[in-house]
Amino acid sequence: MITLKNLTIGYDDHIVAKNINAKISPGDFVCVVGPNGSGKSTLIKTILHLMKPKSGKVIYEDGLKQNFIGYMPQEISLNPNFTASVFEIVLSGTLNRKQIFYNKEAKKLADRNLEILKIKNLKTKSFCDLSGGQRQKVLLARSLCATSKLLILDEPSNNLDLKSKTALYQILKDINKKQGITIIMVTHDLDHHNLIGNKILSLNNDFFYGPTSDFVKKVHQEEK
Amino acid sequence: MAVFFSYSFLVQTLIVGLLLSICAALAGVPIVLKKNSMIGDGLSHVGFGAVAIATVLGLAPLEFAIPAVIIASFFILKLEDNHKISGDSAIAIISASALALGTFLISITKGVNIDLNSYLFGNILSINNTDIIFSIILTTIILTIYLISYNKIFTLTFDEKFAKSIGVKTDFYRVLFAILCSIIVVLGMRLMGTLLISSLLIFPTLSAMQLFKKFKTVVIFSVLISALTFTLGLFISYICATPTSSTIVLSNLVTFLLVKIINLMLK
Repeated sequence: MITLKNLTIGYDDHIVAKNINAKISPGDFVCVVGPNGSGKSTLIKTILHLMKPKSGKVIYEDGLKQNFIGYMPQEISLNPNFTASVFEIVLSGTLNRKQIFYNKEAKKLADRNLEILKIKNLKTKSFCDLSGGQRQKVLLARSLCATSKLLILDEPSNNLDLKSKTALYQILKDINKKQGITIIMVTHDLDHHNLIGNKILSLNNDFFYGPTSDFVKKVHQEEK
Repeated sequence: MAVFFSYSFLVQTLIVGLLLSICAALAGVPIVLKKNSMIGDGLSHVGFGAVAIATVLGLAPLEFAIPAVIIASFFILKLEDNHKISGDSAIAIISASALALGTFLISITKGVNIDLNSYLFGNILSINNTDIIFSIILTTIILTIYLISYNKIFTLTFDEKFAKSIGVKTDFYRVLFAILCSIIVVLGMRLMGTLLISSLLIFPTLSAMQLFKKFKTVVIFSVLISALTFTLGLFISYICATPTSSTIVLSNLVTFLLVKIINLMLK
């Protein structure tokens, strides 16, 4: 789906991570981990072509197009008092189809994704009246409208209580398994490593990319 | 009422004011929802500085002020991207400096007779036919852009990062928005004054947000509220012989307080 080749990432004059090599295949569920400032967000922005790599390449494969990736930015950057209905927000995910007004198909797609995330009851509710968990589901439904192939999530479990977090991870697993959508997720949630995702991309001092089980072994060895 | 319409300058003011209120309300929704409420203030102060410089140099105020304010708006946007200075302090610095510079220049220039008050608080007598033509053109452009790009404006306002990821040309819209806001502010400045124009951008949206929780209804009602409060303010100022711009702002304030109370009672 995506190949990262000798990638060096950074912004302005800073280089935050070097020599990233990874091949993400269709159906993968990749967790991107690393301490604060290790370049997790920079990496996914580079993958999305929102930032230019300092060197190296991000190669899209299997017919993946930039505008058809379902990106879910961190929720913190949004205005919590924003007056918009859930349906208005979810519908905006279909804007990559270049239509001026939303057509029937777009509305159907939005409805379908509301159903998949079981938030049809929130359709006419306002974003400013939702709980944190509900907001994440709405943003996820929007991202699903934009893609049928790849979701890229930036710390979706931030600010969620344990219950909402577990529910969100279950939904992501379902989307990954049942719809075959590839997922790349930034997280600093180390407890969940062995629970979610089949691959880990770690931006710790020693770069790691591989199956989750190998990563867990490696961490255990280092602890000994 | 018939007497009111017999004064052609009042009819002119009503037309220009209504059109400007519509434009300001439309621009105000993204401004308020993106928490950029101080931008209008900053731009109008720059506008004041620019008008002062133009007057001192003997240039046409409007033609000089519009490009100057557009440049300032780019500058403010750039500063917001820069993480070293926060957006609101950037605006505060620029707006205070421009206001100070304007007043300074006007006071040291001999032989220039400017009524400082009319720049600071607006003057409905300054409205002429050119303003009518300008505001009709501006309103047409803004309405067209809003109709064609409505969905994009929504997603840009709600979540710029997401908008960019699905291929919305965010930089283009930012520049376009900065230009339109600058023109609204400079045109509105003559009517409302440097110190009060930004309220035309902010108040209607804030009032609409108290009553409605959907983006589309907030947009529609902020336009209606804006037009209504302007008309009300203009008539009251005519009847009570009070300063027009401050009466309009006060009619916005009263409306805001009323809807706030209604909102609290509905809860």
